[in-house]
Amino acid sequence: MSDVSDHGAPRASVFAGLRLTWTAGLAGAILLFWLVLALFGPWIAPHGEAEIISGTTFAPIGEGGLLGTDKLGRDVFSRLIYGVRTTMLLALITTLISFAFGVTLGFAAAILKGWFDVVISRIVEAFMAFPSTLLALVVIGAFGTSITVLVLTVGLVLSTGVFRVSRALGYDIGVMDFVEAARARGEGTWWILTREILPNSMAPLIAEFGLRFTFSILFLSGLSFLGLGVQEPAADWGLMVQENVGGLFLGSSAALIPAACIASLTVSMNLLVDWFQQRQQGETVLEKIDQ
Amino acid sequence: MYRIILTRLAQGLLTLLLASIIVFGATEILPGDVAAAILGQSRTEEALAALREEMGLNRPAIERYFDWLGGLLRGDLGTSLATDRPVADMIESRMWNTLRLALLAAAISVPLSLAFGLWSAMRAGGRVDKTLAMTTLALIAVPEFFIGLILMKVFAVELKWLSASANTRPYFDFWQNFRALALPVATLSFAVLAHMMRMTRSSVINIFTSPYMEMAALKGLPKRRLVIRHALPNALSPILTVIALNLSYMVSGVIIVETVFGVPGLTRLLVDAVTLRDIPLIQACAMIFGTVYILLNLLAYVLSIMANPRLRYPK
Repeated sequence: MSDVSDHGAPRASVFAGLRLTWTAGLAGAILLFWLVLALFGPWIAPHGEAEIISGTTFAPIGEGGLLGTDKLGRDVFSRLIYGVRTTMLLALITTLISFAFGVTLGFAAAILKGWFDVVISRIVEAFMAFPSTLLALVVIGAFGTSITVLVLTVGLVLSTGVFRVSRALGYDIGVMDFVEAARARGEGTWWILTREILPNSMAPLIAEFGLRFTFSILFLSGLSFLGLGVQEPAADWGLMVQENVGGLFLGSSAALIPAACIASLTVSMNLLVDWFQQRQQGETVLEKIDQ
Repeated sequence: MYRIILTRLAQGLLTLLLASIIVFGATEILPGDVAAAILGQSRTEEALAALREEMGLNRPAIERYFDWLGGLLRGDLGTSLATDRPVADMIESRMWNTLRLALLAAAISVPLSLAFGLWSAMRAGGRVDKTLAMTTLALIAVPEFFIGLILMKVFAVELKWLSASANTRPYFDFWQNFRALALPVATLSFAVLAHMMRMTRSSVINIFTSPYMEMAALKGLPKRRLVIRHALPNALSPILTVIALNLSYMVSGVIIVETVFGVPGLTRLLVDAVTLRDIPLIQACAMIFGTVYILLNLLAYVLSIMANPRLRYPK
């Protein structure tokens, strides 16, 4: 396996240096589009988040608003623009929470080993013995639905996966020669963690972050779709799907549009992560044979 | 071999015990106990205290935990707060709907994903593989409700070929059952198909990159023999694990699918219980799904050590 990045090709521009495939480029453009909408949404949206603009409910595309109206006669287009904020911000916060817990405990378990590792791993295993949606439902059932409960629950549920990945990374890198060398030099645990293990696990952790972000969007919008996530009158894509499912039989696409938007966001993110991971890997034996 | 399986079985039981502690802990030790949930907003302090006394909530949590656990073991799942009916009865009437959905989806998605995964792995890097890889990558990230709603829009609303409601009746003939179940089963299959296919592909390819495969390839063995004789036996155990994982992943998929198509199943019961904060019902449903999940993983383990003797002798 050859490390492609060693070839040192002259870089014509930043984009050529990235070696973007067309799918990755498209995915990046879509993500950028949603990000801009999330940042400048309130200035772009023609109507308010919960403003009722028309007496006609489930107005088709082009009538009432740009994308029609929803079950209460609100502008679907405006709610969509406000929704991208809620959806992306909540997903970002939950992912950050899961990384804060997962990476800290994972690396701690890999470095400290011994009883600490055993205890934490057992607990995580017990949590993972449950399908994640189920775990979230149990907690939401006990605490009721609020944004704080939602974000903390999903963040903690997702952190079990992050823990596993970072613990494995910590173990794998911890036995490498350069870490042995650093230990032999007499470097402290903290130095080894921040100067040797963390930089070397950056690429897989970035990919993991992307995947968790996608998963978190799916998770949160799934809960909102069940009516257990974000509550009205806030605009959230998953919630918008749930509100407008009934319109499907009246010929309204008010439920399909936000669902398609969620898909565009998560599919793009997945394609981008895949492109990133492909760049880090070599080729398989069969690919070599075929060449 | 039997010793390993027994050890694993004991571990599974231990995990189940831990899971029961988590479920009980999450639902009972929190602020606002069951009594408060029953009485709702309009509770008075006296009524709350009286109900707590009556339900035995004043006893220590550990004592109540063992009561609950003992009840579970005897098959007594408690009484629903919302309907006042025994939880076991409510679950029994719903279980079949969910089980039927999951089994049908598994029967369709498992063989399909194995075939496609293997095909993709054999043509790794080729056009088929790239197309499949891109499709499944996209499919994984698509929310189940989107797939469900699109299918519903096309086949139930526009074409009117299939039914949008999966609520079957006992007097339905085969064709009516098919019309009702086709869409939810298809949605659920899509949700796990992509995942399983990718993992099959990657575990087979993982083995392709190992030195012994390179050796076999350099020896000049034909590709078919390479895949069937050399790669598959070693790939079987990760694939079985993947299948079990995905069947249990169906638990999450089923929740969405049952809501989209209005299936009166177990997960719909759970979601309603969460909405109404019907704690005993939540606990019972969670323990059932947890047990199924742990059993499936255990089954995958047993099957994989039967397929691959190397796993019987851990280092």
